[in-house]
Amino acid sequence: MSDKHETQGMYPEPAFDRGGDGGDGAAAPIASLRASRRQFIKGVIASGAAVSGAGVLIGCSGGDGGASAGGVERMIRLMVNGVERTVDVLPNETLAMTLRYKLNLTGTKLGCDRGECGACTVLIDDVASYGCSMLTHSIRAKAITTIEGLEGADGSLHAVQQAMIDELGPQCGFCTPGQVMSAVALLRSNPNPTRDQVRMALSGNLCRCGAYDNYTNAVMRAAQNAAQNI
Amino acid sequence: MSKDMMAAFELYQPDSVDGAIELLREAGDSGWALAGGNDSLDWFKDRVKRPGTIVDLSGLDELKGVRELPDGGIEIGALTTLTDVENDALIRERYSLLADAAGRVASPQIRNVGTLGGNLCQDTRCWYYRYGVDCYRAGGDSCYADSPQGQNREHCLWGADRCVAVSPSDTAPAMVALDARMVVRNADGDREVAAEDFFIGPDIDIERMTILEPGEILTAVRLPAEWAGARFYFEKVADRNVWDFALVSIAAAMVVNGDTIDRIRIAAGAVECVPRRLSAVENAATGQPKNAATAQVAGQAAIRGATPLNFNHFKIPLLQNLVTRAIRDA
Repeated sequence: MSDKHETQGMYPEPAFDRGGDGGDGAAAPIASLRASRRQFIKGVIASGAAVSGAGVLIGCSGGDGGASAGGVERMIRLMVNGVERTVDVLPNETLAMTLRYKLNLTGTKLGCDRGECGACTVLIDDVASYGCSMLTHSIRAKAITTIEGLEGADGSLHAVQQAMIDELGPQCGFCTPGQVMSAVALLRSNPNPTRDQVRMALSGNLCRCGAYDNYTNAVMRAAQNAAQNI
Repeated sequence: MSKDMMAAFELYQPDSVDGAIELLREAGDSGWALAGGNDSLDWFKDRVKRPGTIVDLSGLDELKGVRELPDGGIEIGALTTLTDVENDALIRERYSLLADAAGRVASPQIRNVGTLGGNLCQDTRCWYYRYGVDCYRAGGDSCYADSPQGQNREHCLWGADRCVAVSPSDTAPAMVALDARMVVRNADGDREVAAEDFFIGPDIDIERMTILEPGEILTAVRLPAEWAGARFYFEKVADRNVWDFALVSIAAAMVVNGDTIDRIRIAAGAVECVPRRLSAVENAATGQPKNAATAQVAGQAAIRGATPLNFNHFKIPLLQNLVTRAIRDA
């Protein structure tokens, strides 16, 4: 069950049917590893084959997605969770893809990939935004915060994360990173929200388990415990 | 076929509006102006639109923000986010109609990134068209929505001409009600177009929804002083309060003197390919007392001539009720 869930959240099949970049040849070895695609992706990235490997996996090789003269440069610097990272980003790459497949920040989930579920919510200059619905190149100059960037230097959880645990916020947990990011954005601009304001702030995040009340309870508790970190 | 990865394109990030226009002009039909990206990226991921050149406007700071005009009106840059439109003090004070409409668009994250210009210029939501079938709007020779089995619950009551799709924008009816002027720039310079003339139906051009030509950008909207501080009413009815597009929306601006409606402009969304200005309602209400009887007559006037499809009859009483409420409660 949990495997299935994970598979739905990843890019399911996109790479394997694309012609033009040797997709057919690459399909067999990848398919044999589908049982644990997350490990596979991480392995590819760690092995230094990130560009060609991730390229096949997400359906774009360096060859067909490159910028031509006059277009954007592909090697760009991104400020992610307070650290400047240099990344090779295709022109047609969304921020969620860059975070997950180039920077290994897999806490940002991909659900619908159409701006309708909120699992990919990250903060861009402290504003909650759908990572699936923006080109990475469009936010080069901005500060990106993902779920991985919330915990303290000593590993302590952010007040919202802790409150999610205390209030049993998540059920399956897939939408939780997005819910947490929306809540953090709210509390940074409005440290003492009403319950309705919390509902409104989380209204761009779907939860198929229907744990909305638990999430709302958690954000209210985080606001009450607010002193730290927000 | 998986549709998640967008096809390759060339991406340009000009640092001036004129540079963007030049790039779009050179690209011609294969060019695409990208603002917030919420609608555009869906088209690209679905491979239904495959432009070769994307011109990313998001870095053009000169198109962001709200400015006061000398005559008491305001000018809103087309790249101002919907969240900023919703929360701007000047807009809330003088044109709360637009703030209310912007606040009802999609979801918070979409409003945070989505722009006013993008909301006004977005393409229709007819799912046959968006699925990529060869319908009239896509250059083909049939309409799948207006067929015996076609699912057309969300489609039009007026203005069908081969295509029965509707305007999906929440802010567009507000623009028509406020008599906004749209500022369009091309290589020859700026020109102002009335909101009512900016949006076009299939009888004028079935493959686009605004007058914008390749090489043209909507740079700003100007709201006239004439309607500043008027009484307003906006309501959007949708299946869900978040994300969903309007089934019917209503935007009204009126000036009331004593008990009498001196002036009124009112427009409905999602009942026609363009935001539908309800001239019959304006005629029925102008000079009349602002009361329940006038509201009832106005509601009846609103639906004259409505031509429903197989599954959207419900839009007729819905529109009638919204107009009645608008006149009564504004």
